[in-house]
Amino acid sequence: MKKHGNLIFALAVISVFLWSATAFGLSDVFKKNIYNPGILKPTDSVLKVKVGDSAPDFSLPAVSGEKFSLSRYQGKKNVVLSFVPAAWTPVCSDQWPGYNIVKDIFDSNDAILLGITVDNIPTLFAWTNQMGNLWFSVLSDFWPHGAVADRYGVLRSDGVSERAIFVIDKKGIIRYIGVGDINKRPRLEILVRELERLEK
Amino acid sequence: MNNKMKSIPMSVATFIISLTFLHGLAFGSNLPPVKGDVLPEIKIPVPESAADRSYLGLESGEFFKMPQLKAKVVIIEIFSMYCPHCQREAPEINRLYSIIEGNPDLKSKVKLIGIGAGNSSFEVEVFKRKYNVPFPLIPDEDFSIHKCIGEVRTPYFLGIKINDDGTHRVFYSKLGEFKGAEPFLDLMLKLSGLKQEM
Repeated sequence: MKKHGNLIFALAVISVFLWSATAFGLSDVFKKNIYNPGILKPTDSVLKVKVGDSAPDFSLPAVSGEKFSLSRYQGKKNVVLSFVPAAWTPVCSDQWPGYNIVKDIFDSNDAILLGITVDNIPTLFAWTNQMGNLWFSVLSDFWPHGAVADRYGVLRSDGVSERAIFVIDKKGIIRYIGVGDINKRPRLEILVRELERLEK
Repeated sequence: MNNKMKSIPMSVATFIISLTFLHGLAFGSNLPPVKGDVLPEIKIPVPESAADRSYLGLESGEFFKMPQLKAKVVIIEIFSMYCPHCQREAPEINRLYSIIEGNPDLKSKVKLIGIGAGNSSFEVEVFKRKYNVPFPLIPDEDFSIHKCIGEVRTPYFLGIKINDDGTHRVFYSKLGEFKGAEPFLDLMLKLSGLKQEM
């Protein structure tokens, strides 16, 4: 019995350390306010759309107070949807600040970026304020909870979204879907390559 | 000693052994270097750019080690293209480079180098182009260098003093605290001992 007790204790210690062991290279801008969820299952959902489909329209509130629908860009702009799982978590907090310095790349490909999470507006407000002035809009898919993420098939079983990128052309057709390992930041060059393939 | 008493040291021993083993497993046994340390064995890719190689005094090749550089002091910034502080401080760090390069007494003695934690070559180039960074930025796409130096947050600064006999010592190792080009350079010269040598 005692042996089992020791074994359980050792396993508990193992789990604590394995869950905290990830190199994020996280920016000090967030200080110690980042919650570390540990290593998560890389993906946990099934896509409901595919490349070549019309992108499902949606209307979501933004941190700015505006409402954004996808259809407003049809015939005008290419659109990148960047779903990130959750505010105040390690990889997500270091993804959008990178996009914030490449507006020129989006502009040259006649594209706009919409960042989406399932967090509510006050949380997104506080979190994105740490990133500086973002040039792109951040939308809340909080209520009905994760409905847009679910419509695209990127809502995980625990209620957060995948780390997913959808590139949608001016006709409203999905041209690229990237659902990566939630624990890793997608390479910028992959998104840039897909943007450069679009008709301008 | 009864069985209950025996089990207490057993639990403590299990805890300590588990902790030691797992800390090594989880963190690769690496903590950030501290003042007086030598750097861990880090293999750094030689920059592709001839200008960067010339600045660092390196021949073309695959990897180099920091003490190989022809300098007395090397200031390393662990940064990321994705780090807002690194983005904001980039112009001031460029100014630090300009001050060093504009001073004939320092130009050949103090070198700056950036290591992009978790950044690909493409991402490092984006940062370099965005902020016109004039000194070498090295990608560390798989975090291998970052892991060696204790998985620090960014921006993190390391100051290395390279001695005439080829040995070296870390004289500065801190997160952030870059309070402007002049005070930072002054601190580096003072802590490295270069100020006294000049």
